[in-house]
Amino acid sequence: MNSNLNLLIGLAMGLNLLALGTGRLPALIRAMSAQGVILGVMPVIMEHELDWRVALVALATMVGKGLIIPALLRRATRAVSIDRELEPIIGFVPSLLLGAAGAIAALALTQVLPLMPEHAGSLLVPGALATVFTGFILLIGRTKAISQVCGYLILENGIYLFGLLLIKAMPLLVEAGVLLDLTVGVFIIGIIVDRIQRAFDSLDTRKLTALRE
Amino acid sequence: MKSFVLILVPLVAAVLAALWPGNRTRPLLLPAAGTLHSLLAFWMFLDPPAVAPGTWLGFDPLARAVLPAVSLLFLVCAWYGVAYLKVRSERPNRVFVAALLAVLGLLSAGLQARHVGLLWIFTEAVTLAAVPLLHFNGTPRAFEATWKYLLVGGTGIALSLLGSLCLGYASLYGGGQGDLTFEALIAQGGGLSRTWVLIAWVLLLVGYGTKMGLAPMHTWKPEAYGEAPGIVGALLAGGVTTVAFSAILRVRSVVGAAGEGLIADCTLLAIGLFSMLVAALFLLGTRDYKRMLAYSSIEHMGILTIGASFGPAGVAAALFHVWSNGLTKGALFLSAGNIRRAAGSPSMDAVRGMALLTPRSAAIFVTGMFAVTALPPFGPFFSELKVVRAALETGHWGATAMFLVCLLLAFFGLTRVVFGIVDGRPRAATRAGSQRFVETAGVILPPLALLGLSLWLGLFTPDVLVDAWSAAVSQLFPTP
Repeated sequence: MNSNLNLLIGLAMGLNLLALGTGRLPALIRAMSAQGVILGVMPVIMEHELDWRVALVALATMVGKGLIIPALLRRATRAVSIDRELEPIIGFVPSLLLGAAGAIAALALTQVLPLMPEHAGSLLVPGALATVFTGFILLIGRTKAISQVCGYLILENGIYLFGLLLIKAMPLLVEAGVLLDLTVGVFIIGIIVDRIQRAFDSLDTRKLTALRE
Repeated sequence: MKSFVLILVPLVAAVLAALWPGNRTRPLLLPAAGTLHSLLAFWMFLDPPAVAPGTWLGFDPLARAVLPAVSLLFLVCAWYGVAYLKVRSERPNRVFVAALLAVLGLLSAGLQARHVGLLWIFTEAVTLAAVPLLHFNGTPRAFEATWKYLLVGGTGIALSLLGSLCLGYASLYGGGQGDLTFEALIAQGGGLSRTWVLIAWVLLLVGYGTKMGLAPMHTWKPEAYGEAPGIVGALLAGGVTTVAFSAILRVRSVVGAAGEGLIADCTLLAIGLFSMLVAALFLLGTRDYKRMLAYSSIEHMGILTIGASFGPAGVAAALFHVWSNGLTKGALFLSAGNIRRAAGSPSMDAVRGMALLTPRSAAIFVTGMFAVTALPPFGPFFSELKVVRAALETGHWGATAMFLVCLLLAFFGLTRVVFGIVDGRPRAATRAGSQRFVETAGVILPPLALLGLSLWLGLFTPDVLVDAWSAAVSQLFPTP
């Protein structure tokens, strides 16, 4: 069971690198939504007997992160007819290298952290750290609003991975909160993106500089 | 039971506001809900209900020490809101009124949350509910401010979730049964895994610190406060930040129980002093009087954080400062809102002579500025004095010196901008614009009332308030 889980986490970490290396927004969205589906599968294979609450989390994650949010983002991409990140602040190759270095650092850091015996062999903690780091690189290193939203979602994915450590012990409240807020957050961000587009005729957040101090 | 009503009253009013047909009568829901909420909050304040151990939500001593201040601030702002929305009758206010009321309900919930996860959910919900308030003006600059608020605030809130999860893991690693109420975590105390508690502390301090607007996570604040209506600024600076601060206090008590209180205090002191320094330097440079208020708010968040780092006496002083800062800053935001409407520009390059054009608002603005820079006998003077005393009692001479230097620099910065726009001869363009703005009682009395409350808080600090603060302190520093 643990090896299956590790395989999935490895896949998710690979998708991180894919997201970092691509300049095409559809590919970025695809990587992010594939990661969402993989995350949705994880709680199902982690549990021995399928609790309905765990099943609900799994289903909601897959539908939310795998279908609804990517669809919203694709709509936004079409609406503004942008499909490329042209001038990233951190280039694609450097961000790829940073992401890979981050993954290695996460693996090394995990050796130092005190972990419970049942989590010691699992990739959950390094996977979570690497994914959070990837999210940050995208948030900081990209200029298009849609890329930044994708970065934010990948950051959230990392947090979700960490949350899987606690899925048995803690009430599902925390997870439910994540999903609800995530969806609402992106929904609102989507509206804002729409408004920014109308106001600026571009999705380049670098042009949002009227308020620079 | 009553604590649920406290949350439900504003939320029901928010739903009502969303359904209410008349644009003209809808704002009246604000003072109606605000009055009910305040009455209930002060009833609960004077006759605190018993909080059963292990409950996730309750009017505990910490909630009692800060929630009435938020309620009072909202009530006064609600009356201002009625007059303000009358002036802005050209804009639909359905979403604005509903969001204001939702923010009050979620703030009441967040201040009463006694569970790590619940606290996070309410903080996140407040963040989202405040979004429509920020772009009420509908200008491109307002949208820009909202985008930055969402991106920076969203990242902060994500980090605080990660921190909450780490706190959960600390408890699990130490043999906890998955009970994530603050009470249970404090009871577990030394049993928590120290490494994970420290990781959680850093993440939660950064996360909730972003919500408070501590430097260097403050970048959303000048934008948001600069572009949002004055009433929104007042509620964000006095209400939303209070939830984040109480969250930090609650987490701090868990870290203290785990035996890492010293590290927590050092980080609080460092980040607080850094915030004050950054704010003071920006105050010396800014030329926009609404952004000035944002930097002043960052400075006062720094003061709260510094106070919280000085042990029990310091936390009591910080809780006092929550009251005095929230109410005084409210007066400043509301009067600045009036000046902004009359002058048509937020920049001191374009605005001057407001003492002639809007004499009453300008008088309140100047008095409020002196109050917030700790002129006796207003509230902030006494609360900051208490912070300084707590600092000296714990032997922090260097920190005290830096604290006072930052206060002085901030004073220079604030007076520079405030007198820049108040003094002098009004420009022709400003004069023409200001004729459309009338200083009615509706927009003058609320900031005046807040100023009066600040004065009252300084001159006659009621004993029952002092008791409430020390009860909160003994909740946060339990004696074994």
